[in-house]
Amino acid sequence: MASVAEARAAAERLIPLRGNEAVAYAVKLARVQVVAAYPITPQTIIVEKIDELIARGEMDADMIHVESEHSALAATYGAAMGGVRTFTATASHGLAYMYEMLWWAAASRVPIVMAVVTRAIGPPWNIHVEHADIMSTRDTGWLVSMAENNQEALDLTLMMFRVTEDPRVYLPGIVGLDGFILSHTVEPVSVPPQEVVDEFLPPRRQPYTIEPGNPIAMGNIMPDEVFELHRVDMHASSRAAVEAIREAGRLYGKLTGRDYSSLLECYRCSDADALIVGIGSWMGDAKIAVDMLREEGLRFGAARLRWIRPFPWQELREAGLGKKLVVVLDRSVSFGHAGPLFLEMSSALEARPSMVGFAAGVGGVDISYEDIAAMARKAWSMVEENGRVYVPLLWYHLGGFYPMEPGPLPARLPEMPRAPLRGGGEEERR
Amino acid sequence: MAESGQQRGRAPEPVLEPGRHLYPVSIAAPGSMGRTGLWRTQRPVVDEARCTGCYLCWLYCPEDVIEMRDGAGPRGQAIPFIDYEYCKGCGVCATACPVNAIRMVDEEEFILRGFRGGGERREG
Repeated sequence: MASVAEARAAAERLIPLRGNEAVAYAVKLARVQVVAAYPITPQTIIVEKIDELIARGEMDADMIHVESEHSALAATYGAAMGGVRTFTATASHGLAYMYEMLWWAAASRVPIVMAVVTRAIGPPWNIHVEHADIMSTRDTGWLVSMAENNQEALDLTLMMFRVTEDPRVYLPGIVGLDGFILSHTVEPVSVPPQEVVDEFLPPRRQPYTIEPGNPIAMGNIMPDEVFELHRVDMHASSRAAVEAIREAGRLYGKLTGRDYSSLLECYRCSDADALIVGIGSWMGDAKIAVDMLREEGLRFGAARLRWIRPFPWQELREAGLGKKLVVVLDRSVSFGHAGPLFLEMSSALEARPSMVGFAAGVGGVDISYEDIAAMARKAWSMVEENGRVYVPLLWYHLGGFYPMEPGPLPARLPEMPRAPLRGGGEEERR
Repeated sequence: MAESGQQRGRAPEPVLEPGRHLYPVSIAAPGSMGRTGLWRTQRPVVDEARCTGCYLCWLYCPEDVIEMRDGAGPRGQAIPFIDYEYCKGCGVCATACPVNAIRMVDEEEFILRGFRGGGERREG
């Protein structure tokens, strides 16, 4: 068995790809037949690359250019209803604009895969990485995953087709990848051969199709009690996706050598006293920070959520057992409360370790492994000074720590420094 | 309506893979939205003598509850038959009628006191 996997792994091509292109190749390999997309800002190169693959005859699909992201998902949804594998991609404002259609697609239980290149939502205008956009999708019923690197962006896209078309699930899914950091930077990516993907992805399954001659009334009024049961079923199906993801991840590992059977990736977690928890590309930096901290004698580990929905509750609960401290990194804030991932983590850690939530890198402010190590050290020192601590929101900004309400620490917002304006010209124009 | 051969009051049902999940879809059929006639507060009443059989009410009805029957009018003209089971009482037909042959009558008044205006026809 292993030799087959090795032979297949060797057959895979290792080519330099941007995150955008990695997703586009996955879409091609999944034999997607219809792609609908709004082709202008804030669209990414993902659909441009797909366009190119279609134009070159490498991909047999129809591309529909529409006038808005709301229409992009509507067209994708319509095509999916017709019974074909579909895909769309968007980012930030585009995702916000299609928000209503997210609900239509999910509650209709139609499998669709969408890539979301996570970027800040303005104003002020900003095209850099942040998680405010993808975090706003958590309540819609879509499965939501987050890639750490370009390889995972490709692999999770293929995984998402299989999981969303699993009859236990039948919900659409989002593959998130960090704007610029993944979408626009090149990494060597192993692209599985077509026959491996064909073995991984069975022919499309979906609960029903709408075809000429077989009219179906969509989404019409039902008694409130039946509506409620629909929502119960959506929740149960999203939870059932946990098992579907594990199975698909195991099979993907068998076929490619890259196992995704866990919804959570743990790095040096088992013997750690404290965990850094987060999503996305900066968790790669968190692993470097963990190595640094361990050299200083602080036994940290890093736990990265590969999936946000379904929430890896079980895995996180187990990873958090016996830990003294859990540090949660958020790249967005639910204004008036705390970082969304911190809030989610608070529900998962039954063992009640100390918890400190950091907001950092909002609006694409650069966060390196040094910054992550600084946050971890700060949280650790708070535990050493005060024993058990529970701090929902400590904003990390340009090397400083700013306690925010709600929380036990006094807020000192006015002391935050103002970064000098960059880009030239602004000062002169004043 | 039996003569139209359509099924009435069919409950929403899943189309494929029944029993696995709940889907917000139903077979398109009259009544798949429930007995919407219960929503009505104003009832359209047809004055057959005035009706010219022009089909405008049939054309404008947003709920497709008007059936025209050829030759059923007193002068041998086509006249509308309204399906009160599903008519919501929106009054579009009364507005569209060029000869004021459809009047909107208060539903409560109709039920409590009966309507004596002539031309009232029951469905079917």
